[in-house]
Amino acid sequence: MKLLLPLVALAALAYAPNLVSDYGLGLLIGAVTYVTLANGWALFSGHTHYVSLATVAFYGTGAYTVAVLNETLPYPLVLVAAAVIGATMALVVGLSTLRLAGVYFVIFTFGLAELVRQLITWYEVNITGTLGRYIFLDVTARDIYWQMLALGAATIALTAYVHRSRLGLALRVIGDDEVVAAHSGINLARSKLIAFVLSATILTLVGAVASPRSVYVEPAIVFNPTVSFLTVIMALLGGANRLWGPALGAVPLFLIFEWLSSNFPDTYPIFLGLLFIAVVFALPDGVLAGIERLRASRKERTA
Amino acid sequence: MLLTTLVLGLVLGGTYALLALGLTLQYGIARIMNLAYGEITLLAAFILVFLFQGLGIPPLAALVLIAPAGYGLGWLLYTVMMQPLVARSGSSGRLDVDSILATFGLLFLIQGVLLVTFGANFTSISYLDRGINILGVSVALNRLIAFAICVVVGTVLVLVLARTRWGLNLRAVAQTPASAPLVGIDVNRVARQGFALGTALAAVGGASIAMYQTFSATDGVVFTMKALVIVIMGGVGNVGGALLAGLALGLVETFVATAIDPGLTLAATFAIFLGVLLWRPQGLFGKG
Repeated sequence: MKLLLPLVALAALAYAPNLVSDYGLGLLIGAVTYVTLANGWALFSGHTHYVSLATVAFYGTGAYTVAVLNETLPYPLVLVAAAVIGATMALVVGLSTLRLAGVYFVIFTFGLAELVRQLITWYEVNITGTLGRYIFLDVTARDIYWQMLALGAATIALTAYVHRSRLGLALRVIGDDEVVAAHSGINLARSKLIAFVLSATILTLVGAVASPRSVYVEPAIVFNPTVSFLTVIMALLGGANRLWGPALGAVPLFLIFEWLSSNFPDTYPIFLGLLFIAVVFALPDGVLAGIERLRASRKERTA
Repeated sequence: MLLTTLVLGLVLGGTYALLALGLTLQYGIARIMNLAYGEITLLAAFILVFLFQGLGIPPLAALVLIAPAGYGLGWLLYTVMMQPLVARSGSSGRLDVDSILATFGLLFLIQGVLLVTFGANFTSISYLDRGINILGVSVALNRLIAFAICVVVGTVLVLVLARTRWGLNLRAVAQTPASAPLVGIDVNRVARQGFALGTALAAVGGASIAMYQTFSATDGVVFTMKALVIVIMGGVGNVGGALLAGLALGLVETFVATAIDPGLTLAATFAIFLGVLLWRPQGLFGKG
């Protein structure tokens, strides 16, 4: 039963493009993209409480890799290349920061997207002499949707597996108390590094899979900090340490953002900021944990 | 050439040092990692431009208005936003994560307000833009004034922290927040003052940036990042370290911009950050 329900839902979602309009398909792609991003983010940050603010650094790198390589390599190889580049980047960031206190990691990831954006811009302007690239790939919107759906399903399955594995247990202990974790013989740096590289690889792949949607790619577009911001708030709202938390937060928030950005194009960052602060204050552990607490207190009252 | 880099670098480093001082006070005393710091800097910069162009108030006079306004804003932010988080976290160590998330939201809130109010264009004013000869190097007068502001504010701050009763309170809370109440210090009040003082420094830093630099509403992240790297270089909570590290970063950045490429200054900042993390994560001037 626990396995059946998600599988039925996945089948229904896979069939959905046959039922909706082009606009509906666009919405579906966006929603699945953010569900995957939020899940990929939570895979590392959910249990460890190491807040990564660099989602778009990886997402953008994935998108840009496709833009650079789409004419020279076959598409599956481009995706592999993107995954390798994302994993390497995460390895460098992780090796230099994850052995230290969490705050160094946060600071590093905070500026990372801007750094990558400026480096690519500099490289393109000075070495190749072009800023902005075109993606001409024979990938339809439906293909993108199915690929993203597969990636999202794989991410959730991976999260479920990690939650049950020794690595998941290690991450939970690290999140609760690093000193205890170290004393129980957990290799702190290695556990964190593995989870971070996994998470970053997924985020990079999301960017790569989503990129053919936009024909024209430029650093300023693909490294939009709003993506990092949305990912974090979605995962937090649902509950970053629950299997279905990120998905639960991503879908409604994505729809709200779509509505806000089309109706209030100028002022919507303000709403986002307010919403974010509200989530941090009112639901620090997410909706799922909030509901559980409510139930528990009701049980106590009736007992 | 070398001398030009040296003079210009020191002048730029002065502003960075000022920005880093505010951040190190906020993190050292109030224990709030403020990711919206750069946005507050920009807010002050935009207000200075507005006061100058809109109302004709000269920038130096505007500074006298902006600094206390910054203190007030910091006081308000701490009371309304940070204090509940501090109370909620208790001694559980959640404050780091909570304050990072809350100020990350604040970052987008302020940036949104700036974009709506002042637009996304690059902004600058021309104020005292004539060259002054220093050691054979022509430096714009506005840059010199910004540097002078940094020197005066930095010196006053160091003296206040080192010599006055109030400074002693601030240092006590920074060092051992758990024992400070034992000697009759109201930690909550001192933390609020530390946060407000840090915000005032951010505002002064932003106002002096507006006097000589072009900036836009989306530059906040870069300012925060530079201030954070300086704070870590100098050792968290170390005021003298932050001053020296700020000057050093200004020098390195100016050198990279003139000798290699202006587009690589943030990369230089990150390279320094990486070096510090790998070699001395407790800071160049930290203990241990």
